Amino acid sequence: MAGDPQTRPARLKGTARELTPLTRLRARSAWLFAAPMLVILALVAGWPLLRTIYFSFTDALLSELGAYGFVGLHNYALLLDDPIWWQAVRNTLAFTAASVSLELVLGLVIALTLNAHLRGRGLMRAAVLIPWAIPTVVSAKMWQWMYNDIYGVINHLLLGLGLIAEPWAWTADPGLALAAVVAVDVWKTTPFVALLALAALQLVPGELYEAARVDGVHPTRVFFRITLPLITPALMVAVIFRTLDALRIFDLVYVLTANSPDTITMSVYARQHLVDFQDVGYGSAASTLLFFVIALVTALFITLGRVKLTPGAR
Amino acid sequence: MGWRVRKWIGALGFYLLIALLLLYAVFPFYWAVVSSLQSGSALFTVEFIPRDPAWQNYVTVFQEQPFGRNILNSFAVSLATVAISLTLAVTAAYAFGRVEFRGRRPLLLSVLAVSMFPQVAVLSGMFELISALGLYNNLFGLTLSYLIMTLPFTVWVLTTFMRELPRELEEAAMVDGATPWQILTRIFLPLMGPALVSTGLLAFIVAWNEFLFALTFTLTSEMRTVPVAIALISGASAYELPWGNIMAASVTVTVPLVLLVLVFQRKIVAGLTAGAIKG
Repeated sequence: MAGDPQTRPARLKGTARELTPLTRLRARSAWLFAAPMLVILALVAGWPLLRTIYFSFTDALLSELGAYGFVGLHNYALLLDDPIWWQAVRNTLAFTAASVSLELVLGLVIALTLNAHLRGRGLMRAAVLIPWAIPTVVSAKMWQWMYNDIYGVINHLLLGLGLIAEPWAWTADPGLALAAVVAVDVWKTTPFVALLALAALQLVPGELYEAARVDGVHPTRVFFRITLPLITPALMVAVIFRTLDALRIFDLVYVLTANSPDTITMSVYARQHLVDFQDVGYGSAASTLLFFVIALVTALFITLGRVKLTPGAR
Repeated sequence: MGWRVRKWIGALGFYLLIALLLLYAVFPFYWAVVSSLQSGSALFTVEFIPRDPAWQNYVTVFQEQPFGRNILNSFAVSLATVAISLTLAVTAAYAFGRVEFRGRRPLLLSVLAVSMFPQVAVLSGMFELISALGLYNNLFGLTLSYLIMTLPFTVWVLTTFMRELPRELEEAAMVDGATPWQILTRIFLPLMGPALVSTGLLAFIVAWNEFLFALTFTLTSEMRTVPVAIALISGASAYELPWGNIMAASVTVTVPLVLLVLVFQRKIVAGLTAGAIKG
């Protein structure tokens, strides 16, 4: 990745007065400085994760978390047997693929527009930031109202334009619901991708474009041969962030379509069993599987991404 | 067709695309504002500019549930989350960014790894922890749980900023016998202002928008934060959601956030891109 701090520490070594005792003293104080944060993080992240994995082998209930028995892999066996779980896996993957690719394309278009020296680009940047600033629950509610099958403005507009013959049930129709969720997610998070892409575009040296213009290279060719390869590392970072976020999506789906099987994602499924059905053992098994799916995807990104990224990144 | 005409058509298409994108970005919020100003039956007829704007929804949303209290809760939790995250992260960032010690790299990577945790993967463990500490249905419990989302990126971004500070400053202070604590608080902290504002704003927005923990770890409507309160606004029946109230609540909590983002545009962009692009 382009900017990991761990590859570039502020080196104080090599100066004449860096004697070993001083270095050791600094190392000790470094541990002291990092300790409070590490302790808190272990408490709120490490420990709960271990407990979740532990619970997944038990029959614990939410109402009585203290009393449980071990059931081995029973929860996992049940889980892999539940068609709704597999529906949740498919929904999550489809949602991730659709939303991340749409966000990448739209984000790139917006970034290119913002990077061109056009009139009103400040206004445009402010406008695209608005969806990003709106809380997810609020955006879900706003869209739910626009999607309303009887009073919604979207049906009103499409009916008025003659594009549809009768009102569509955007969030209830099994064929439309997931697409409706994707549209809201794209609306909400494209600004993030656009901002990262814009930051990368602004680092592309202007002389490159100048040289291409002098040589009479077609703009499309310039984009694919010069711009795109140079900003790919930054785009990869955006894709990684967005993919990890999309795989664990919860609030948007939950508020827009509740626990409907048409749109249920792995996070929604796990929460439903954990909280609504109070089945901590089974819900924890689903959560644990989701955790490992995400860990696997991260590992894939890092191993595949590193190889390609390193030369361009620096 | 001459190239002039072709160019003109190309430009027209381009501006049409921009107009469409702007409409897609801005219209949902505009529509929420319009709907929030319509009460009674006016809500159920489509008017793009309300003929008869009314503030009624903004009054009832505060009357029918403790919405004022919910806003205060969100503010308290978000501010506490920001304060604790920044305090913990800035000291840790000094260690990670300025000192080479054994285990630095694996530690920093594990901190980063936490940012990929799905919230639901820690839900049962966190519920147990919060209950054990007696913090269920309590704003302190929420603040504690939010640290899992804010600490990784505040540490990461602040480490990046800390690394960029000139080392001559630190060396000079060390010659004068300053302790690491003095170097951090007297020399680096004053220089970190912009970085702290950027990361603080991002942490505030993350905490303000959080939904799953707030939904699971609170019970009574007085303890709810804004996202949960809005999600749970209900009407006489499931089919009669009070859309006017919901939109009024949405606009009420979004306007300050939109203003904040517009005022601090540059700072937020700097914070968002610092961890990813710099270098």
